[in-house]
Amino acid sequence: MTNHWRDFKNSDVILVIGANPAENHPCGWKWAQIGRDEHGTKIIHVDPRFTRTSAIADVYAPIRAGTDTAFFGGLISYILENKLYHEDYVKLHTNASFLVSESYKFVDGLFSGYDAARRTYTTTSWDYERDIPPEGAPDPSAAFAKVDPTLQHPRSVFQVMKAHYARYTPAMVSQITGIPEGKFVEIAKLMGSTGVADKVGSIVYAVGLTHHTSGVQIIRALGMVQLLLGNVGRPGGGVNAERGHANIQGNTDNAISWEVLPGYLAIPRPGMETLNDYISRVPAKQLRPTSINFFGANYKRFLVSTLKAFYGDAAKPENDFAYSWVPKPAGNSSWLTVHDEARSGRLDGIIYGGFHGVAVGPDSNRMADSLGKLKWLVIMDPLPTTASEFWRAPGVDPADVKTEILFLPATHWIEKSGSFTNSGRWAQWKYKALPGPAGVRDDNWILGHLLLRLRDMYAKEGGAFPEPVKNLTWNYSNPGNPPLEEIAKEVNGVDLTTGRRLASFALLRDDGTTTTGDWIYTGSYPEEGNMMARRGTDDPTGMGYFHNWAWSWPLNRRVLYNRASADANGNPWDPTRPGVKWDGKAWVGDVPDFPVASAPSANQGAFIMTGEGVARLFAPGTLTTDGPFPEHYEQTEAPLNNLLSRTERNPATFIYTDAAASFATDDKEFPYVATTYRVTEHEHYVTQHVPYLVEAMPDFFIELPVELAEKKGIVNGGRVKVRSKRGEVEGVAIVTKRMRPLTIGQGKVVYQVGIPLHWNFSGGKGAVSRKPEMANLLTPYIGDANVRTPEFKGFLVDVEKA
Amino acid sequence: MSTELGLAVRRRSATPSSGTNIRTNTPQVSKIVDIDLCIGCKACEVACKEWNDLPAEDTSNFGSYQSHEDLSATTWDLMRFNEVELPNNDLAWLIRKDSCLHCEDPGCLAACPAPGAIIQYQNGIVDFDQTKCIGCQYCVSGCPFDIPRFDPTTKKVYKCTLCVDRVTTGLEPACVKACPTGSIKYGATEDMIAYGEAKVAKLQARGFDNAMLYNPAGVGGTHMMYVVPRGEMLGEYGLPSDPNVRSNVSFIGLLRNLRRLGAAATWAGLLGLGAFWLRNGRHNPPPEEEAVEEMLLVGQHGGNGQHAGNGANGEGVEEPPVVVGDGSTEAKEVS
Amino acid sequence: MELTRRQFLKGSALVTGGAASVSTFGFDLQPAHAQVRQLKISQATETRTVCPYCAVGCSMIAYTLGDKAPNTVPTLLHVEGDPDSPINAGTLCPKGASTLQLALNGNRPAGPMYRAAGAAEWTQVSWDDAMDRMARMVKDARDKHFTEKDEAGNTVNRQTGFAFLGGATISNEEGYLTAKLMRGLGTVYLEQQARV
Repeated sequence: MTNHWRDFKNSDVILVIGANPAENHPCGWKWAQIGRDEHGTKIIHVDPRFTRTSAIADVYAPIRAGTDTAFFGGLISYILENKLYHEDYVKLHTNASFLVSESYKFVDGLFSGYDAARRTYTTTSWDYERDIPPEGAPDPSAAFAKVDPTLQHPRSVFQVMKAHYARYTPAMVSQITGIPEGKFVEIAKLMGSTGVADKVGSIVYAVGLTHHTSGVQIIRALGMVQLLLGNVGRPGGGVNAERGHANIQGNTDNAISWEVLPGYLAIPRPGMETLNDYISRVPAKQLRPTSINFFGANYKRFLVSTLKAFYGDAAKPENDFAYSWVPKPAGNSSWLTVHDEARSGRLDGIIYGGFHGVAVGPDSNRMADSLGKLKWLVIMDPLPTTASEFWRAPGVDPADVKTEILFLPATHWIEKSGSFTNSGRWAQWKYKALPGPAGVRDDNWILGHLLLRLRDMYAKEGGAFPEPVKNLTWNYSNPGNPPLEEIAKEVNGVDLTTGRRLASFALLRDDGTTTTGDWIYTGSYPEEGNMMARRGTDDPTGMGYFHNWAWSWPLNRRVLYNRASADANGNPWDPTRPGVKWDGKAWVGDVPDFPVASAPSANQGAFIMTGEGVARLFAPGTLTTDGPFPEHYEQTEAPLNNLLSRTERNPATFIYTDAAASFATDDKEFPYVATTYRVTEHEHYVTQHVPYLVEAMPDFFIELPVELAEKKGIVNGGRVKVRSKRGEVEGVAIVTKRMRPLTIGQGKVVYQVGIPLHWNFSGGKGAVSRKPEMANLLTPYIGDANVRTPEFKGFLVDVEKA
Repeated sequence: MSTELGLAVRRRSATPSSGTNIRTNTPQVSKIVDIDLCIGCKACEVACKEWNDLPAEDTSNFGSYQSHEDLSATTWDLMRFNEVELPNNDLAWLIRKDSCLHCEDPGCLAACPAPGAIIQYQNGIVDFDQTKCIGCQYCVSGCPFDIPRFDPTTKKVYKCTLCVDRVTTGLEPACVKACPTGSIKYGATEDMIAYGEAKVAKLQARGFDNAMLYNPAGVGGTHMMYVVPRGEMLGEYGLPSDPNVRSNVSFIGLLRNLRRLGAAATWAGLLGLGAFWLRNGRHNPPPEEEAVEEMLLVGQHGGNGQHAGNGANGEGVEEPPVVVGDGSTEAKEVS
Repeated sequence: MELTRRQFLKGSALVTGGAASVSTFGFDLQPAHAQVRQLKISQATETRTVCPYCAVGCSMIAYTLGDKAPNTVPTLLHVEGDPDSPINAGTLCPKGASTLQLALNGNRPAGPMYRAAGAAEWTQVSWDDAMDRMARMVKDARDKHFTEKDEAGNTVNRQTGFAFLGGATISNEEGYLTAKLMRGLGTVYLEQQARV
């Protein structure tokens, strides 16, 4: 989230799409409903299903799963055509005025630079038109971008964008998405009403938008809507992803993700031989004369300080701070790739630290097959999972599964301290309430004992490249179970010259005199104490920042990009809802996401993390793999041809081994669109072990429209089977008007089927019934073109009475 | 904390004189369920179970998001779900927390023949004391909202206590505490009514022309009220439009069963009441006697032992099971 | 941040309002009145924690039996929302409201378990044996699949023998330690819940 939970209260309009916060984030969602009671916030819900969020929304529209880019493209078009955008904001805080390179082209769904054989783009043409680089400049790519502040230049981002989205008319949006045209226009007008200084709107989404082959572009399109309406950086605005696990935000920040090191520093690629190679190629370059390019300019300080935290005294200027020890992946190493490697027999083992390998999917049968090809599997978890039990799953003969498995029972959250970072980036410390059962161990105990054993083994028997194993900093008071307080201090970072913990990442150095485990957490545990444990309940501004409650990254800022909440002179767009304000000497209000004493006249640009200094409506270069503007493509499995171009599918997705054969190429055999989701009574899979929650929502069910059920002779409360090209599930039928038939294309009626994902064979009634109840038995093994998030939403199925 | 901490009692079942009713200035407490804020998440349902140490039941999905088809002796709070198509083709998903409404004039208490088994505290909370319950289930038929549930194992009747153990020590009821959106609120009755009235006005401004505060006069008002956005759809929410104590209490039936029970204490209590009534006439009975008086009035209207009221689901409730007395106060269900 | 329920009650004025003003609604301390059930957390210790489910970050109070004296074994009695939190303001959803049953759960394994290739059952093993085996598997996979230089001669120092796939209910501190350890071993297959 750019904003935070409490901030929903500040919105005039909240568009919820691809999310179901009333069910899945009820305690944070409350602030939207409180806002409605207090000042009339309008709540819009767009979702394939009429859910408990729709039930309390002011406006609800059904949408065909996976057509969100068309929906947002339609909003962009409507906002531009009807001049609903916040013009001053767009000129000041976005790259609308930047000129796009002449070599950039977009023809029939394809951007320039496409290589069909490799299914990839060469992105060099997706660039700005640059000033001529200064004489003797070593790097022409560092030249500044040209701009036209009037936005009139035909190659300005503004005009190119307008042309790109002109095709996304309300009628076209309706034909693609199934949203009735009138309902779409109603939503566009309502959301568009926030494109003025004294109104602000928020967009709230979750994995309903990301679980698509074009997931990244859907989020970009959403961001563009918010930028055009001037809603980013403002209280009550923002691009707000609701995350679904207690510390999924924190563990992304801390880089349990293949492509990053802590604090979103990119993992080096092969060929970046030295630290300087890396620094010359990875960080963003300054693109405008006055932009700060804060992230790019400080990248080296952050990386060197992280290497110092990782490798301690062994990271020295002489050895490039042990940069060469950082592993350089050959290519994508994400979830889908890992299991594909396992399935191909190239991976010996997997350690699952709290993860349901099989139920998570996609294509659970294929996932189970992958695990069965491993030599070994280690499970660290408090409770049985589908990964720990797959070898004796329904229909599996354990004798056939040659994988050696260790189950290491771990403590629960309540049996240890530590911090969780929520969706709003608030890191909140928790305390140990009770000891774990005698036979279980902390995760850190397992990690600590693993490392201590490995060090012994490398000392005794040698082995591959032992230096990083030997030199990893592990100077904890209890090396066998590193205490969480000590790690929190390590993450914060230290000035090695004084031994004192740092209060800000601004103090980090690239000479090896400072450390940080994760630069965005510097300041979370300074000398004065653990800021994440703070419990202050004062809110002097009345804006809901609660700066003394816990601590949010970065530097306790509660709204990201909050310089954009003010105009060119530093005055809030809406004085009644200020983010930050220039008081003549400093920015005050929220903790400014900007140099605190940089006067508006210096025009340094609100978006300090970009080289442009402004937000990107057009995303140049390698920022994406599939285009500088979001474009609608059909899902991998779709009941309709692409109405906007002859490029049917996202052309830059990666197709895994054998996967293409498991996709339905049309809707003849599998005519219905299915989507997967959670319900409020469960969280992913673990709650199948909780009796009260099994009681509250006991059985695997499938939601389907009344019209479809009638056609198939399925009755409410009866049983139904759902088949995709990959698998089959069976559950209780909920036949409901909440699943509406949609009319798409030229009058084609499409039915959508809802399949919740919680049930599985490792717990709850699924463990007893032994029936196929995992939604992901049905889902396709394909991911987003950029980040390979699987396409869990919007695939084709057939339905029959069971 | 002293275990003797207690609440002032306004009335006790089958007891002519009880409590310390001189404390008539005791603030009244109420819950209010603002259905507009309700997201049907069942936090109240689960929090109720967790706080009250109630066991999970083996439920099954019956084609609904509703967890149980009905309340039970171990499920005192149930979210009821109902999908309704609106005239404009839109859909309304009506979701209502169903649990004891804590009537100001509790039909259950009026019907209960066991002295002290049902208590109304001076603050309005209606509580069951299972140590005194004789299992006759008259409270079940006496309730216009179909709330109390008989447990065949313990042979007692159970329902929401309004977390009297919590509110006694200054904590709000468990359902109120948990409720994510603040749909369930708790406080002084007058504050809850003020909230409800203000919210109704807001809903009307939002286009819910028939929004209403549900606080039915037929039972003297309830200590759990509802803000109902679609007041024209009370039946669809599962709320009786005009609940009434009289329609639910059968005095003759009560007497017949009391005779079988042979509960001397009960008789003693009723005789005491009769004497009180003869002495003082029917005018202006002290508050704790009102319910019993209602009961007698029903008798005059010639109740025939048939339960006349509606369950909250709009279906007729069967005649209460016949309770046989064998000289003990232990009741047995035979039907 | 701990406070026993006992201290809490001592500190709050039951009769004269203050933090417990609601308690004055209709309650009477005179013993003559009806006795109500004892508050089950009246002797409990309060500990502040955060909900383990979604990422709203609801603060919770865990009530455990006893006062943490060394002769007691604390067990969990009840969990409810922390009213001080500006996020959840004391509320919890059904999942949060039932975390008691997640913590005290009969399905939790009593100790490490091992399942040999093709075996039909788990075998109980000691932690020592389990960790010895894990370390052996990890080291062998790393040693076998460690690449110092790729085919193009680039320094890559990566191991592709095993993956670590982490959940999202471990704390930042555990997450950081995991990332540090795994990168230290040269792991490139490092993932968590974010993508799926």
